[in-house]
This record gives sequence, C-alpha cells and structure tokens, in this order.
Amino acid sequence: MDIFAQQLVNGLVLGSIYALVALGYTMVYGILELINFAHGEVTMIGAMVALAVMGALLGVNPDLPGIMVVIAGALVAIPACMLLGYGIERVAYRPLRHAPRLAPLITAIGVSIILQNVAMLVWGRQYIAFPPILPQISFVVAGAQITAVQLFIVALSIAVMIALWFLVQRTRLGSAMRACAQSREVASLMGIDVNRVISTTFIIGAALAAVAGLMVSAYYGLAHYYMGFMLGLKAFSAAVLGGIGNLGGAVLGGLLLGVIEALGAGYIGDITGGFLGSHYQDVFAFFVLILVLVFRPSGLLGERVAQRA
Amino acid sequence: MSLRGFGLSVLFIAVLAGCGKKDDGVAVIKIGSVAPLSGAQTHIGKDNENGTRLAIDEINAAGLSLGGKPVRLELIGEDDGAEPKTANIVAQKLIDSGVVAVIGHLNSGTSIPAAKLYSDAGIAQISPSATAVKYTAQGYKTAFRVMANDAQQGAVLGQFAVKKLGAKRIALIDDRSAYGQGLADEVEKAVKTAGGSIIDRQYTTDKATDFSAILTAIKAKNADLIVFGGMDPQAGPMAKQMKSLGLKAQLLGADGMQNGNFIKLAAADAEGVIASSPGLPLATMPGGPGFKQRFIAKYGEIQLYAPYAYDATQVLIAAMKRADSAEPAKILAALTQTDHTGVTGPIRFDAKGDVTGGAVTLYQVKGGAWTTLETIK
Repeated sequence: MDIFAQQLVNGLVLGSIYALVALGYTMVYGILELINFAHGEVTMIGAMVALAVMGALLGVNPDLPGIMVVIAGALVAIPACMLLGYGIERVAYRPLRHAPRLAPLITAIGVSIILQNVAMLVWGRQYIAFPPILPQISFVVAGAQITAVQLFIVALSIAVMIALWFLVQRTRLGSAMRACAQSREVASLMGIDVNRVISTTFIIGAALAAVAGLMVSAYYGLAHYYMGFMLGLKAFSAAVLGGIGNLGGAVLGGLLLGVIEALGAGYIGDITGGFLGSHYQDVFAFFVLILVLVFRPSGLLGERVAQRA
Repeated sequence: MSLRGFGLSVLFIAVLAGCGKKDDGVAVIKIGSVAPLSGAQTHIGKDNENGTRLAIDEINAAGLSLGGKPVRLELIGEDDGAEPKTANIVAQKLIDSGVVAVIGHLNSGTSIPAAKLYSDAGIAQISPSATAVKYTAQGYKTAFRVMANDAQQGAVLGQFAVKKLGAKRIALIDDRSAYGQGLADEVEKAVKTAGGSIIDRQYTTDKATDFSAILTAIKAKNADLIVFGGMDPQAGPMAKQMKSLGLKAQLLGADGMQNGNFIKLAAADAEGVIASSPGLPLATMPGGPGFKQRFIAKYGEIQLYAPYAYDATQVLIAAMKRADSAEPAKILAALTQTDHTGVTGPIRFDAKGDVTGGAVTLYQVKGGAWTTLETIK
C-alpha cells in the first residue's frame, strides 16, 4: 500500500469537510465583512437535527433503507438550519448593521455560545452516535483505501463550490449579492432589496452548514453539542488561508489545511526522530496559516481591496 | 429601558435569593465535587457529579449526626472543563467557600495540579477516577483515590498484550493528557518487561476526531496490536477509522473507553475490541446491581465512573462518621484508616493514598456488549 497516497486521501477528505464549512464563512464575509462565528454551531445543529430525525424514523421502522433515512434527515435539517440562519441574522446582526464592527463580532460569539448550550439542553451532553445504516463500501485508488462516504464528501464539496460560483456569477441574485458586497448604499439606490439579499446569503450559508454537519457526523460516526467549535475554527482558518470572501479560496484553503494536517501528522514524528509527535498536527496547520498571512495578508486567492472609510 | 431593566433586575435578585439555603437550624456541611461539566467530556463529568450526589442524597435522607448534632451535607459541583488551569481556579474557589473535602477531580491532568492547593488548605481530596501515577506520588498527604492507578492497569495491559494475545508488533497511541500519556508509558514499560516490542508511538489530543493520518502511519509499520490511552469520544471514531483504512490490528484500551458510549460510537466496528477497567465488574459486586438500579432511576444510564464517585463519597462519609466530626484535619486522619466495601470493591489506602490490592478486569466487546474476559489481581 502506498502510504503517501493514503495520507493524501486522508488529507483531501478532511480538507473537503473544512471546505464545505469554510464556504459558508466566506459567503457571509464577502457581502457583510462579518465573521459569522455562529456558523460552526449551525453546522452542529444541522447534524443534531438530522440525527434526531433519523433516530425517530429508525425507531418507527428499523428496516428502512439507510440512504432514504439519511436523505430524510437532510430534508428536515436543511430547512431547520435555513430558518435558524435567517433568525440569527435578523436578531443578532441586522440591528447592529451600522454599529462598529466589533459589536456584531461579539453578538456572533454570543449566538454561538447560546446555540451550544441550547443543544446541550435539548440533546444532552452525550456523544450521539450516527446509526450504522450506510453501506460500508470502500475502493482502492492508487494504493489508497477510500470509503464511499469519503468519496461522496469530496465530490459534494466540489459540486457545492461550482454551484455557488454559478449562483454568484451567473444569476440575478448573484449580481445583487455582488452589488451589495461592493456598496450597500448604492445597491439599495439601484432598487436592490439589501435586507433580502443578506437574508438569502445567510439562508444559503446555513443550508450548506446543515449538509456539512450531516456529512461530518456520517464520516466520524458521531455528533456532539461541542463539535461545531473546533470545526468552525478550522474552517474559518481555511477561509482566511484561501482568501476570505473568495469561494475558490475557501475550497483551496480547506483542502490545503487538510492535506497539511494529514501529512504533518503522518510524517512529523519520523522526520524529527520523535522529537515532535503527531499531536502537533494543529500547530503545523496554523504555522502554515501564519506564514501565508505574513507574506500574503489577503490569503492565497484573496484580492487586495482598498480599506473602506 | 429603565423600567423594564429595573423589573428584570428585581426578578433576577428574587431568583438569586430563592437559590439560597433553607434555614432549618440544621448545620450544613459543604462537600465539593469537580469534574468537566462543559466541553468534550461533559457526559462523564456529569456522571461523576451524579454519583457523588446520589451518595449525598442517600445519607441526607437517612439522616446524619456528627458530634451529637444533626447535620446536612450539601454538594457544591464545580466545572473544570478538563483543563488544568481551570482546575486550580475552581479548587481555590471551593477552598474559599469552606468545603470540608473534595470528590474529584475527574481527570488526572486536573487532579494533579489541584492536589497542591488542597494540601495547602489541609482538606482531603478523593479522586474517583484520576489514575495517573503522579497524582499520589507528589507527596501530598491530602490526596487519595479509589481506583487502581495506571501502573497497575498498564502492567496488566502490557502483560496481557504480549503473553495472552501474543502480539509481536505493538503500536501505542495516547491523547497527551496526563492520564493517556501516563497509561501509555506504563504499558510501554510492561510490554518491554514481558519481552514484546513497541514499533511505533503516535499522539493525538483529547479533542480530536480524525485519526486517519496516525493510523495510516501505524498501518505502514505493520502493527498487529494498537494500545490506546485515552477516552471514549476518541476511541469510538478511532475504531471506525481503523476499519475504513483496512487495519487488521487488535485495538486494546483501558478504563477511559470501557463504556457503553464507545460501543454506540464505534457501532459494528467495536466488535472484538478489548479494554481493561480497574475494579471488579459491577454486576459481580455485592452492592453493584442495587447501585445501578438506584442510579438509573434518578439519572439514567451510567456513563463511566459514577460507581467510583459514589464509593469515594461513601468513603468520605464513613470517615466523617468515624471521626464524629466535619473538621478537615479529623476527616483526614480518619480517611487513612479506611476499610470500606464499596460497590466497586474493597477500599483501603496505602501510605501514598492509593487504593491497595486494586483488581483490574479485562473486557471484550462481543455481540455489541462488553463481556468480562478475566479479572487480574
């Protein structure tokens, strides 16, 4: 078996998960220049709602086909998260749209803490297991083992990126979004309903988060009220690494972060002769992030934008 | 805003006041409990607190008198988030609030630094579940534990891996917590003594969910057995990822993962996994099944260490009764004389505060449940 190929696959899968979540961060930032720190928690709620629905369905009839159950879970979790995304924007961000930038950042952290605690009250502190209903199929590609779920995660993040790019670049809604990103005042003078565009952005971002949450819990086999925190942090780093506000950048940053982590964890122990162990994998990833930001402050694919007054 | 704000603050103060103690003339004795009640180990943290609470509720219901006066025990539960720095803050907070003893902390990493503070304050600390050797080896007379330490458990695991399972190429993974690291160190020693060889040692954290990179590295070295020092939230996905990477090695773990949650998380991939746990199987203890029933009736399924937290509290209450006092110094003196049969086994302390003659039991997942393999004394 080719170890390097396997580590590359490990990294790509991990990176695709980061990328899916990072897309949500980057979309909101692109338009509002707001870091929606509650995004990781929306991912968690998506996973929790989907698991609750799946658990209920399997409780009624344990013989339902696994893929149907997962799809049913997604069909409830996605609208639930859309509603949540809309609600968060309406309650925590819209009233502060003209406030100094620090204020919505703080409400974002507040929302994230509230969501964590609500989830803890509703679903408890235990780790919730993903029911073992998906077929365990795995393929061997170039000496590396990859499961069907992993393959699906990678394909999905690429598909979502392309769909989002199409939405932003080729549709009326997309041009309205880009107009709002450039100047909300001028956009509203041109007859664009800025509030609606921003709400829509949050709703789309939340839907992505729901899908990402479901994929993460399917892959690792668990969900937990705390899972959104680290995931959100890594995804945010991925978005910054790729150039926050840039859709392609979010995916590139996510994949890069995942691969660096996997290769770092896999080889660091042997390279340093045991001096640094594999638990330094996070340090490795964040070290690369710092390096990139020192030399390219706007990220890998980010464009230099003039500071607004 | 001012009227509404005023109304809210009045309400808030009223609620706060409502939380105060009932004054029924009975002296209240405060007992601290510390465990992670937030973060990734919340489920087992709350479990410990509930074990302690059950023991306290039972003695309060039965009635307790010290020095001829009726007293009521009050539990003060604190959250250290499994973080060593928070552990010291809450330990000081408990000392300042006048607790006479502390049941905790849950983790070795938090119990070790807090032990100094309790020692300085002269109050007893009984950890239900800190198993790192260092906890009682620091020389503090106030530190006790009711669970066999990692030297005992690690020796059993290492021996078992080499002698019983016939493992030739053993890889170690630990979560870099005081517990995981200490356990892996002890296993390493025991494997070498038994004539086995350690071919790789990898590390993760107690917050990780992705182990594919380190498992791939281990796979490349053809390990036939992996020993994991860590907790169930990591062990579950680890077992799954071993399967999806096509790793054939046997997974062997310890008390941190020997629970129902591990089986739920790893599902079918839990099958065949072996883990040890200090003490005897709950079902074989005289008071075991009864404890399980009473606990489940109040708090739901036992997560992990609740029986040990219950026993630790019972040991403390017994010491108070023997001392006939709630003075910390007298409790401490009485604790060293402990000879208690708890739901997890007989408990006596040696000079360091370790439990003597602690048994270690090995379990294996068969048909989706932990079944007892053997108990080693």
